[in-house]
Amino acid sequence: MDLVVMEMKGRTIKSGKAEGEALVSAQGISFFGGVDNKGTVTEKGHPLEGQSISGKILVFPQGKGSTVGSYALYRMKKEGTAPKAIINSECETIVAVGAIIAEIPCVDKIDISKIKTGQKVKVDAEKGIVEVQ
Amino acid sequence: MKLTSEEKKMAEGKYGNAVKKSMEILIALGEIYGAEKLVDVTSVQIAGVSYDNLGDAGLDYLDELAKDGKVRVLTTLNPAGMDLENYKALGIPEDFAVKQKKVIEAFAKMGVVTTCTCTPYLVGNDPHFNEHIAWSESSAVAYANSVLGARTNREGGPSALASALTGKTPLYGMQLDEAREAKVKVKVKCKLDGTHEFGALGKAIGEKVKAKPTLIVGIKEATVDELKSFSASIATYGGAAIFHMKGITPGKTKTPKEEIVITREDIDKAIKEMNMDGEIDFISVGCPHASLAEIAKLAELLKGKKVKKEFWITTARPTKRIADQVGYSKIIEDAGAKFAADTCCVVAPIKGRFKCLATDSAKGCYYAYSKNQSKIKIMPVKKLVEEACK
Repeated sequence: MDLVVMEMKGRTIKSGKAEGEALVSAQGISFFGGVDNKGTVTEKGHPLEGQSISGKILVFPQGKGSTVGSYALYRMKKEGTAPKAIINSECETIVAVGAIIAEIPCVDKIDISKIKTGQKVKVDAEKGIVEVQ
Repeated sequence: MKLTSEEKKMAEGKYGNAVKKSMEILIALGEIYGAEKLVDVTSVQIAGVSYDNLGDAGLDYLDELAKDGKVRVLTTLNPAGMDLENYKALGIPEDFAVKQKKVIEAFAKMGVVTTCTCTPYLVGNDPHFNEHIAWSESSAVAYANSVLGARTNREGGPSALASALTGKTPLYGMQLDEAREAKVKVKVKCKLDGTHEFGALGKAIGEKVKAKPTLIVGIKEATVDELKSFSASIATYGGAAIFHMKGITPGKTKTPKEEIVITREDIDKAIKEMNMDGEIDFISVGCPHASLAEIAKLAELLKGKKVKKEFWITTARPTKRIADQVGYSKIIEDAGAKFAADTCCVVAPIKGRFKCLATDSAKGCYYAYSKNQSKIKIMPVKKLVEEACK
């Protein structure tokens, strides 16, 4: 089978490059109270409940919950449990600030319905480009 | 977004890492929300101070910024997780206290005035009409935009800190006239009295109109304490950043077409929803932090009495010092009630300690129930004192 690469262009929130496996959530994510330090999603009833976001290209519509969530991303980065990159449909304050202080590449204004969990994704956040294989 | 040459230097790191990081945050937020430029702010209020909410993650970040960060404008702090002087008597564990003090030290190192209060406007961080500011703490944001007529978005802790370290905020939302215009007119058809009733009004309106700016008509008078209670409640239950109260607040707005009516039944319903079955074992006044007038009233009500239940008055340290100086504190403490300065019942680690809270605060009720899983009862301050002495 030929390798089909789909390229999408979004907006840079935090520059940087990463590649890895996509983990996609159709629901927003709260990083304060919704994800633990080890990067496991703990929110009851969340589509990703029990799954680890560590080392993934984390794809979700936008952040939600307390603004303290920005610090949680920073903490995960320090502990080596943060996602490799973040892709949002519409980034908001919590994730934007979190990505910046934790130095996690982050792009938004991407049609996230075109990305499926398990796909290989390349992010060049500087150019706002997301490549899905 | 257009940046001045000085702002470009700040973003490039000429003034160190803390300024660089902060500029990166503000520019990203400006881009997200469509700001054309940054604007200078004159005052900052930072939320996210309690170690209970920050955790080691927040503490690490603050330590990192404190290496070379210094605030450029008057900056005050939200309540911490404990009374910084009297935490032992209030039953706060030592390991929590050690971490909480480290948080405060990091802020102090950056030049923040470490007065920990949700009512900075009562203790010297008091911006005037139309001033651009960057505040977090939803109740203080609603009060500043509405009652003072200053201009602030609902900042988060990290974005407010970024503004403090740069003296800038992106020019969008509540910083501009358009977003401040009322979208719904609210006709209040009943007389209201006391902080608990103004809190109930905030709940009734907030649940109906969510975060939309309102023009509220029909209220003839309101004290600072009632407006403080109302600001907290409308922001908690609806998420509003601003309201206009005809004849009381200074902002200008057109009269919106959409209209709702609030009657005595709506207020009674809101109060009923904040009264659960349960035996009161905790009484608290001071959400938002008690003013000097509220403390004077408590001293008058408690004089010569003895409380039989745990009774906390949460307030700002400077307000407490004045109460000490003029003798209110002694009367209150002789009656067995306790001051918890620098902290509040929303952010202190008291989950599980009490089963049923009685308070005059609608915001206090919301968090006691949702965060601390406590039963709640709302009532006027006079009745709280009667309950306490039963």
